[in-house]
Amino acid sequence: MSYELIFDVKRGDFETAGEASRKIKHTLQQLGISNKIIRKVSIAGYEGEMNLAIHSSGGKIILEVGEKELILTIEDVGPGIQDLNLAMTEGWSTAGDEVRQMGFGAGMGLPNMKNNADDFEITSKIGEGTKIVMKFLV
Amino acid sequence: MKLSQVRDLLEAVVLSGESHLDDEVQSGFGCDLMSDVLCFAREDAILLTGLVNKQVLNTADMANMNSIIFVRNKMPSQEMIAMAKERNLLVMSTKYILFESCGILYSNGLKGAHLR
Repeated sequence: MSYELIFDVKRGDFETAGEASRKIKHTLQQLGISNKIIRKVSIAGYEGEMNLAIHSSGGKIILEVGEKELILTIEDVGPGIQDLNLAMTEGWSTAGDEVRQMGFGAGMGLPNMKNNADDFEITSKIGEGTKIVMKFLV
Repeated sequence: MKLSQVRDLLEAVVLSGESHLDDEVQSGFGCDLMSDVLCFAREDAILLTGLVNKQVLNTADMANMNSIIFVRNKMPSQEMIAMAKERNLLVMSTKYILFESCGILYSNGLKGAHLR
């Protein structure tokens, strides 16, 4: 990998949520990546960032820029997802009212991340955390 | 349709991004659910919404949509306007409700942003 950026995301901080995705978008623009790919990475990254703020106990977003692909990793320190199949189902969400009033928590985040990425892997363990690795071909 | 025509039809107040008023817009997406905007909206669409918070700006920005219209006289905070200016997003506010705003634009030729 020729380039790597790491951003910390705090739980429940909706004032700053979105800033990591914004920086990722800006970085990709500066690197001359096409708008089409930037949009996919930005949307997937932002969905991931909101998920960290909404559901996790805190986590990080890592962007790795390679010659042929971009790898976006969303990793948290808990609480973990009980049923991954359910979590990947469109419309299923455990988000509360506060999150829904913000326009999120519709249960579309994980499926949308998968739709935008060329490759999507999710692993999760209760009490340990969740890790999502998304690859985008450049 | 030019965004300046959108402004005129909706009698909207422009709060940021005046430089986009000469841009053409192909379609519109009216929604308060940002999750759906991220899933379904096209980047050449304007976003019409009654939801006013920073995440609306983030959503439009990440989806490469550069114009947002807040309906039913909703006004973003000064902080949001500053954020929109920094990101070069066109933000307007109209007195019309979401239904009327969409209807006015549709009856003047603007199409819905089709689902992918």
